[in-house]
Amino acid sequence: MTIEVKNIVKKFGAFAALDHVDLKVDQGELLALLGPSGSGKTTLLRIIAGLDWPDAGEVTIDGENALARGASERHVGFVFQHYALFRHMTVFENVAFGLRVQPRAIRKDEATIRARVKELLDLVQLGWLSSRYPSQLSGGQRQRIALARALAIEPRILLLDEPFGALDAKVRKELRQWLRSLHSEIHVTSIFVTHDQEEALEVANRVVVMDKGRIEQIGTPGEVYDQPATAFVHGFIGESIVLPVDVSGGSVRLGGRPLNIAANGAASGASKLFVRRHDMQIGPAGSGSLQGAVRHVRSFGPIQRAEVALSGGEGKTIIEIDAPRDRELQAGEIVGLEPRRYRIFAAHD
Amino acid sequence: MSLQSSLANPATELRAYGPTADLTVSPLSSRRERARPETGTAPDNPRTEPGPVRFIIIALAITFLSVFVVLPLVVVFASAFSKGIGAYLAALAEPEALAAIRLTLLVAAISVTLNLVFGVVAAWAITKFDFSGKTFLITLIDLPFSVSPVISGLVFVLLFGAQGFFGTWLQAHDIHILFAVPGIALATIFVTFPFVARALIPLMQEQGTQEEEAATSLGASGLQTFFRVTLPNIKWGLLYGVLLCNARAMGEFGAVSVVSGHIRGETNTMPLLVEILYNEYQFVASFAIASLLAMLALITLVVKSVLERRLDEGQEPRDH
Repeated sequence: MTIEVKNIVKKFGAFAALDHVDLKVDQGELLALLGPSGSGKTTLLRIIAGLDWPDAGEVTIDGENALARGASERHVGFVFQHYALFRHMTVFENVAFGLRVQPRAIRKDEATIRARVKELLDLVQLGWLSSRYPSQLSGGQRQRIALARALAIEPRILLLDEPFGALDAKVRKELRQWLRSLHSEIHVTSIFVTHDQEEALEVANRVVVMDKGRIEQIGTPGEVYDQPATAFVHGFIGESIVLPVDVSGGSVRLGGRPLNIAANGAASGASKLFVRRHDMQIGPAGSGSLQGAVRHVRSFGPIQRAEVALSGGEGKTIIEIDAPRDRELQAGEIVGLEPRRYRIFAAHD
Repeated sequence: MSLQSSLANPATELRAYGPTADLTVSPLSSRRERARPETGTAPDNPRTEPGPVRFIIIALAITFLSVFVVLPLVVVFASAFSKGIGAYLAALAEPEALAAIRLTLLVAAISVTLNLVFGVVAAWAITKFDFSGKTFLITLIDLPFSVSPVISGLVFVLLFGAQGFFGTWLQAHDIHILFAVPGIALATIFVTFPFVARALIPLMQEQGTQEEEAATSLGASGLQTFFRVTLPNIKWGLLYGVLLCNARAMGEFGAVSVVSGHIRGETNTMPLLVEILYNEYQFVASFAIASLLAMLALITLVVKSVLERRLDEGQEPRDH
């Protein structure tokens, strides 16, 4: 099932939650809507589900105008951040709900419903909980039941709103992998909303990065990480060192001193230089475009993180650099720095 | 139930309205409830007041309860049975008494049913949808609580009385509202208007709209969502509201007194008849009717505490 969103606008009072958003989701994709809170990602998801209505724009599911139908007719599975399980029903009845409320003409008989629910509970590996109530389950179990309940209606598409947001870190990690393998098993077109970049990059086939009601970039996890389209994406995904620079005629200056790097076609004017922490090469004093004094070194795992105070320029700029463990760094040491890979964006905000 | 949890409980918010309702029905419930924590929890709490202080406080509470609650109740029943059980039953079998009981039950049935429907609809609208004028509607629902019942009755006299707003028109069409059952029912509905809505709004607000959204996305229609998801979630709160609404409907005196006209055997409800009989020195008959109202209060009290426990239990799983 493909989903197409065209030119969607949604306002809450004067606040534009979605500002002319276009998006196309292909059959069988597992897409992540990634952005900070207030970026409009949940609103977009709710509009696709039919739980909210846009002020303008179109939503088509499989070429069919979805806005002509209410949520109950769209055949869309929705999983809520806080599970929204029916608290007065057992796990079994929760999963069976979507089958029991079908119009009489197409409703399955009791035996078929029971078999289907059992199958779904086995799919989420929680068959042994079928007679429990939601309040007796852990958060991770509740979310898996919520997913089974959404899948019971054989949805055309599956929408998940911060599905792991309310869970603790360890359970979240497990459920991520589990969701990915489940998706490759059932292959239903799925969109999930998250503010956790790691989650988006790890689970999704494609990532849609949103900010302030607009889509900043759409791409594979590798693309949004390695080739961020905008300053926002570079800053939001992965940790970056950001330095204010001036670009004029192809040369880049930091605090008046020219840097030994190419402008890569960046327009002249005040700009920002983005470098990933691990893309800053550390060399002996005097080498490289930048000089700095190591203030502090912390080592963990395969890297050491050095706090370096850049010399020159106005004021004191302190940056954090990730260096491999094989080059021993000392506090107080003067080092030369050279960005291996970097991007320059206009500093309009 | 600790003080903290009782504060967070929607049932407690209802209790804020309790005294208005309870005083009409019975002065028993609110006072007994306030006294309960002192007598109930003090002895087994190790970090409590010293013995003598504890004794004085408990004695004070018991004395207060006895004088203001138990004693009047005993007097009601003692006076009712002062001439023997035969006289008591005979007083209740009087046509006037039977008419009053019938009228009270009828008016309660009408007003509770209508306010049940209205209360659920209003609470549903207020908590599950966003619309302009919502705050105004909430304020309106509370209005009958803040207006003296006598004024509430007077409103209907001004509307439907002979010199009233609709008076001429009603007379021309020979429709009797004032000094007849419709007037009494209207006044009772007005006075008991907020109970069901007030019981449900905090509960439904706390429950939010997510379960309804989930039901809708699973294909449930509006009615299916209401009967399969919303109603089961609010049933204890709803019963609680209905119970208080009923107690007030049967016990209402002020508003009904203004619109009733006190026609014997026709427009006297039980509370009105109690006063009339008492003024006519028919103490046994008066207290016999009063004893029925007192029993209603006692039953209400018991059911209310059961419902409160159910409501508390209903909330508990959410705390984990």
